[in-house]
Amino acid sequence: MKIVETTKIGQCVYRLALRGCTRLTAGCKGALACAANRETGAARFALQTILENEEIATREGMPICQDTGMACVFLELGQEVHLSGMPLTDAVDEGVRRAYADGNFRKSICDPLTRRNTGDNTPAHLHVEIVAGDKIKIRFLPKGFGSENMSRLNMLTPAEGREGILDTIVETVRSAGSRPCPPVVVGVGIGGSFDSCAYLAKKALFRPLGTRNARSDVASIEKEALEKINALGIGAQGFGGSVTALDVLCEAAPTHIAGLPVAVNIQCHCVRYEEEAL
Amino acid sequence: MKKLTLPLSQEEKIALHAGDCVLLSGTIFTARDCAHRRIFELLDADMPLPFSLKDAFIYYAGPCPAPAGRAVGSCGPTTSARMNTFAPRLLDSGLGGMIGKGEMSDEVGKALQRNNAVYFAAIGGAGALYAHAVKRSELVAFPDLLSEAVYRFEVEDFPLVVAMDCHGGSVYRKTSC
Repeated sequence: MKIVETTKIGQCVYRLALRGCTRLTAGCKGALACAANRETGAARFALQTILENEEIATREGMPICQDTGMACVFLELGQEVHLSGMPLTDAVDEGVRRAYADGNFRKSICDPLTRRNTGDNTPAHLHVEIVAGDKIKIRFLPKGFGSENMSRLNMLTPAEGREGILDTIVETVRSAGSRPCPPVVVGVGIGGSFDSCAYLAKKALFRPLGTRNARSDVASIEKEALEKINALGIGAQGFGGSVTALDVLCEAAPTHIAGLPVAVNIQCHCVRYEEEAL
Repeated sequence: MKKLTLPLSQEEKIALHAGDCVLLSGTIFTARDCAHRRIFELLDADMPLPFSLKDAFIYYAGPCPAPAGRAVGSCGPTTSARMNTFAPRLLDSGLGGMIGKGEMSDEVGKALQRNNAVYFAAIGGAGALYAHAVKRSELVAFPDLLSEAVYRFEVEDFPLVVAMDCHGGSVYRKTSC
């Protein structure tokens, strides 16, 4: 059995958050540069501005986007690990609290009714999965809400099948239009239950851009949805063009014989996440 | 690229068309969801506003805290459609226009037309770049709202796109907005 102090996890969250809010993933940067070469007019201007912004942010350690998001922390916890010290949620929140203060990040978390800000961007949105082994994998994703607001969950009937899944994905992006900061990345959960389907969609956003699902039927949905979305013409920032989505990433899980849940989690063009293993 | 300085004259606004790229300088005021609700409460109660709406430009934004030596932290635009219900009344009360991101409603478009006003799109996600263009920042109202408070920004060469003009033109394709 391996013993890990939860403060170590908190320190790791702190490091990941400081890095995660101030730089894009390499895959995202490359995809944006490709898009800038393909587009014209206001869309090209938007993409060039986004790339220039990334250089400034990385050089100066400033947040790429002022929406430094809800702090989503995904933990894979090996079942051979014994956690000791302060409660895990407190340790994770402490890492978030310190990073958002030290990094001059915006505190965006508030009560849903009074709208009173918690003042330190906590609580973090923490998911823990117990896995085999004695490692801990920690992933951090600052999730902006311009795009989160445009996400959707549809409980389809089994008869709606593949076409229904494609329609849900494309219609979600179409109706979001210019609002979620396109070009977007689309995370899709297919199957599971009402709640686990949405979780799958968010987890899909951790996959590197350009990778396809190992299941060929799921991969074909990813490819076809991406083509259909990019035929919508929304373009960067909604200014028109052929790049409305940088990628569509789907994850599937077994569901009930009576249902076909489909969750679509929209991510803006600022694809930011970091991970570390302890 | 066209350079403009606030306040904009009627002629300058009429000369703007959807899709034009501009560099804007001058004074703007930040306000987003909560600040708009507060401003409407003041309007309803016939109380004085924290800044005069006459020819003013509102920037839909909630900046990050300022790092040492800077006027402001990252400060890109937020999604304007959430302010669809607020913008027409403010435009009818003299507001010169807005800066934000994403399409606004037909009602906003009509209010822009009848008031000769303009809605500019800033580039969403370009927070660090816009922070460089803010030379001074001052808290004007509602400090308890933290990043959602109203700030007065002095900006220099803010890169913007004319999103919706006073002629009914829009840079956006119609979606469901």
